[in-house]
Amino acid sequence: MGEGHKSDHMKNRKTNLEPVEPGAVKPESLNPEILRPTGRPATAHRPEARLGREAQARIGQQLRDMYARYVQEGVPPQIADLVRRLSEQE
Amino acid sequence: MLHEGIVRMKLDPAIRDQVLSTVPSLRAFAISLCGNIDRADDLVQETLLRALTHIDSFQPGTNMPAWLFTILRNLFRSEYRKRRREVEDADGHYAETLKSQPEQSGRIEFEEFRQALAKLPPDQREALILVGASGFSYEDAASICGCAVGTIKSRVNRARTRLADLLAIDTADDFGPDHATRAVLASGGRT
Repeated sequence: MGEGHKSDHMKNRKTNLEPVEPGAVKPESLNPEILRPTGRPATAHRPEARLGREAQARIGQQLRDMYARYVQEGVPPQIADLVRRLSEQE
Repeated sequence: MLHEGIVRMKLDPAIRDQVLSTVPSLRAFAISLCGNIDRADDLVQETLLRALTHIDSFQPGTNMPAWLFTILRNLFRSEYRKRRREVEDADGHYAETLKSQPEQSGRIEFEEFRQALAKLPPDQREALILVGASGFSYEDAASICGCAVGTIKSRVNRARTRLADLLAIDTADDFGPDHATRAVLASGGRT
């Protein structure tokens, strides 16, 4: 992984180690000193680019596996029946 | 719930087939959203009822799946507001009623993933499912959820990061003491 980005990660990480509930932040504390370089408050959540490619792939696969299992269930009879009845009425 | 007798139109069989072919994915979306098969089936039936009794508002040639998913998503969200506490209770009767039971090795992984997904805020959950599983583009997902494309991207990213945390999936900066053990569990013992 790119060592060149490491300093950015370190900067971001520092803020992440001090999690603050979004609701716990008073408006007056939203001064420029606690804004991250992106211009957003350093309060809400972890940086979005942190997740590695491999972790993303794993999560994507688990999500698709779960979904495929549900899709395999097909159309329950009562739902097929509902569509048929609704589409045949005049 | 079926409001018999209020429907007074004959549906184009091509439209009906489009609807039917969307149902398995629509239902998978519903189960993924609410984690409960009975409620998912209620949502799907209510969605189809609304769709088919308002089929005039569907423009032929446009995206039928996106239209149905939008209706279901909105029904889920309005129901969620009413039943918030109940929905946040992620347990409940659920995978036991699936016909296709995963094998034992995949079962732990499946169960862990399902529970982690249920812990996501609903806006992140729906964005992740639409883009990552239902196969919608970011643009379609934004239209289904009634928000900007950038918002969807941000929600998907946050959902992934949160899931990685919940599942103790190794990230670039993982310093959890037992993450290796949990990663093995999360992979269902493979590797």
